Amino acid sequence: MNTGPNAPLGAPGGGVGEMSYVYAVGREGPALDGLAARLPGVDGRPLRPVGGGGLCALVSGVPSDTFGEQGLTAQMEDLERLESVARAHHAVVDAAFAETSVLPMRLATVYLDDARVADMLVRQRSEFRELLGRLEGHVELGVKVYADPRTAAAPAPATVAPSGAGAGRAYLRRRQAEQRDSQDTYRTASELAARAARLAEGVAASRAVHRPQQGQLASRSGVNVSNEAYLVPREHTEQLRRELSALAEDVPGVAVEVTGPWAPYSFATAVTAEGADGGGPR
Amino acid sequence: MSTDVIGGVLGESEPRGGPPVALIDLLDRLLNGGAVLTGDLVLSIADVDLVHINLRAVIRSITGEEPGPW
Repeated sequence: MNTGPNAPLGAPGGGVGEMSYVYAVGREGPALDGLAARLPGVDGRPLRPVGGGGLCALVSGVPSDTFGEQGLTAQMEDLERLESVARAHHAVVDAAFAETSVLPMRLATVYLDDARVADMLVRQRSEFRELLGRLEGHVELGVKVYADPRTAAAPAPATVAPSGAGAGRAYLRRRQAEQRDSQDTYRTASELAARAARLAEGVAASRAVHRPQQGQLASRSGVNVSNEAYLVPREHTEQLRRELSALAEDVPGVAVEVTGPWAPYSFATAVTAEGADGGGPR
Repeated sequence: MSTDVIGGVLGESEPRGGPPVALIDLLDRLLNGGAVLTGDLVLSIADVDLVHINLRAVIRSITGEEPGPW
């Protein structure tokens, strides 16, 4: 564990064996103070506001053992536990975002103690303020486009099943037609994703591209062909949602799903600390 | 603070009354988005990355490594 040269090991405000989990950062003031007084954090632990540099971080205490390096790794490998932490994190961010502009932190942002959090706020105040200013009055909308060739396929013509050699040829023809239909559906979905992007970019201040969702957690039927997020002025949210949702209304086999409004998670990533040694994958 | 509030906020439903948020949409944002602080974190950035890499591995292992359609 990186304790640094001057690390106080007793945790002021955190008690022994506690660390400080940071949910979001906003401007100092009654909005976040009030929220901290009435909202629980991960595991129902009380929130507290930690101030510094005119900013306020929403923080709760978490046990050093389960949120230390090894404990955290173990927790995050347990999907149920991961979901519980993620939903608690989101509940705090979402409630804060409903009241004021906030920068959501990435999941599991943990400091040794509140003094370290305050220190971080002071040192990064100009970046935080700039980013908060840019996000002010905006929400994040998620836009996903799905292709589902099965729902696009026209019902197979009811023919009398041929026998012998005819059966094999009929099978091949049917397979080829299915493949053609499937390719058509994917192409249509891609074109529709591009139209959705043009539409959203007409009003959005910024765009972020996520990896298409796949696998068991992506429970929706069909194949996710695009998964993007847009930073949209709040007043345009509902109209853009309607326009995006309408895009695929008459397009068989293609669906558009709009999620949000979210706190600007996908647009809060620009903050980096001085002295960062790079955060790339390793 | 009442137990009801805790249960409500930590439960499945959106606190603001919208439809429940899908875990995968949430993880997209919480693992790829959010401000990344690297200064004086108790966990060094390497540890944090380790966590995230493990999380991705979890999600991949759950989802299988089937390639996308392209």
